[in-house]
Amino acid sequence: MSTPVTTASRPAPATSGAQGSAPRLRGPRKRTEGRLPRRSVLLTVLTGLVLLYSLVPLAWLVISATKTQEGLARSFGLWFSGDFALWDNISETFTYNDGVFTRWLLNTVLYVVVGAGGATLLAVLGGYALAKFTFPGKRAVFAVIIGAVAVPGTALAVPTFLMFSEMGLTNTPWAVIIPSLISPFGLYLMWVFATEAVPDELLEAARIDGASEVRTFFQVVLPLLAPGIVTVLLFTVVATWNNYFLPLIMLKDPDWYPLTLGLNSWNAQAATAGGEAVFNLVITGSLITIVPLIAAFLLLQKYWQSGLAAGSVKE
Amino acid sequence: MTTLQPPAAVKRRPAPPPAKRDRRSWSGWGFIGPFVVVFAFVFLAPIAYSIYLSLFRDQLIGGTTFVGLDNYQQALQDDRFWQSLARVSLFLAVQVPIMLGIALLVALALDSGRLYGRDFFRISIFLPYAVPAVVATLMWGFMYGTRFGLVSDINDALGTSLPNPLSPDLVLASIGNIVTWEFVGYNMLIFYSALRVIPHSLYEAAEIDGAGQIRVITAIKLPAIRGALVIATIFSIIGTFQLFNEPNILQKLAPNSITTDYTPNFYTYSLSFSGQQHNYSATVAIIMGLITMVIAYVVQLRGMRKGA
Repeated sequence: MSTPVTTASRPAPATSGAQGSAPRLRGPRKRTEGRLPRRSVLLTVLTGLVLLYSLVPLAWLVISATKTQEGLARSFGLWFSGDFALWDNISETFTYNDGVFTRWLLNTVLYVVVGAGGATLLAVLGGYALAKFTFPGKRAVFAVIIGAVAVPGTALAVPTFLMFSEMGLTNTPWAVIIPSLISPFGLYLMWVFATEAVPDELLEAARIDGASEVRTFFQVVLPLLAPGIVTVLLFTVVATWNNYFLPLIMLKDPDWYPLTLGLNSWNAQAATAGGEAVFNLVITGSLITIVPLIAAFLLLQKYWQSGLAAGSVKE
Repeated sequence: MTTLQPPAAVKRRPAPPPAKRDRRSWSGWGFIGPFVVVFAFVFLAPIAYSIYLSLFRDQLIGGTTFVGLDNYQQALQDDRFWQSLARVSLFLAVQVPIMLGIALLVALALDSGRLYGRDFFRISIFLPYAVPAVVATLMWGFMYGTRFGLVSDINDALGTSLPNPLSPDLVLASIGNIVTWEFVGYNMLIFYSALRVIPHSLYEAAEIDGAGQIRVITAIKLPAIRGALVIATIFSIIGTFQLFNEPNILQKLAPNSITTDYTPNFYTYSLSFSGQQHNYSATVAIIMGLITMVIAYVVQLRGMRKGA
């Protein structure tokens, strides 16, 4: 029984900087080359329970989106009702209330493109700087950012609102976009990723050739960071697309609502006096809201999974 | 950029860095600068501003006056605050271990290579993470509900009398279920990514020694992913202490079960936006932030020390 000793003497991957960087990035795929263990039906069934738990609510959503409001109340949740109303629901979702849903969708796209795009840009630049440069104050920058990650984001929300309201920024898109620009998790991921993926020798070579820092960044570094960038972009897109609390406190005017707030207001409408219940639209709108993100995660699987695998090395 | 570098900067550098980058010590700022500027504006400035706010009180008579630490004293004696904190603490003690436990078991199952259709499992269980909290809560809320929910369907079909998940006694557990559903896959992916980078040679050595699956898990896999376990735990603690979205949205469907001070964060929100008590709200937010930081820090210290 010498194994435990060998393992115990080897600290968690966090401190093992000795291994080569390139094999580590490719690590996940290498494992499959070994002998395949025997597959287990029992284990598959047990994991299948978690799979069901994850997918049944989504199935409920898809099925419910095909029902009329009356069909929702009448039929069993996990099976279709007689009339198939999906297309009617979709067109009604987009046209109800002068097409305000379209407006919310465009607002969400605006917040995502500028907010998540900007957050990714800042995280990529900053992560690269932390990974590959020594500069005065680096330790202080690092300490402050790591410390701030532990501050609950929502604890900041009320003070941020008060500050923005003094500055006249509330009830404008900027109130949602500016706070979205900072992703400490993205910065951390890019820092780890850039450390592994960009060889120092390559940077030296570019510098000896006389390339400017900007040119080196765009022509040498950026292509190497691509999987990490896709990963950070996906996670910042999810964060901004799904954002609820920040717009809730910052925005009063429904014209600036993102989809999340809009759906919530449609749902709340049924509870108000004289409000029309539009549960079929809430459900169909919910489905439309999640389709783009799920599609993005499925289509970009290859990239974000390798990005995450590299990120996990340093944890 | 290089020309901006004052010679003094080179001398003040703390640790001896690789000599090759000496020349460029200020160029790094060109890249990190934008992040730092925005960070100062949306993180540091609000923190400073809320500390400032917490030292004042806005009264009908006399306007805004400096009150020192009175707001903090008030918060520490505020039953509504303590009750909400107790509620999220209970949530933390029950929901987080269940969620992380399921996530870990699934990650180990995926990593064992013994599943049929591993990639399908991995991506499908992760998918709920892409669903906004608003949609997740509305969806589960409808399914819980009596109007066209699954619970009433099941009661009708089987003649059972399952209790209403949105009743005051059960609503916290129902919220726990929503949060678990949203984040099991996310945590599973963190664990799974960490498991995949364990060097294969360790398993071969264990096999030669005749170690079984369970032994490999406890002696190799779990120690190797301790970092990921600590990170996931800290994220979950932070997430739990700032619980807001799910109770806030569910309140529309269960107004009698969820009060406006249901969680600490809900309480600060209500104080600020219904009560107009900005100063007191900032105080409660700061106290919650401090509590979160202390607990996250303790978890990190304990988690990392075991690794030494």
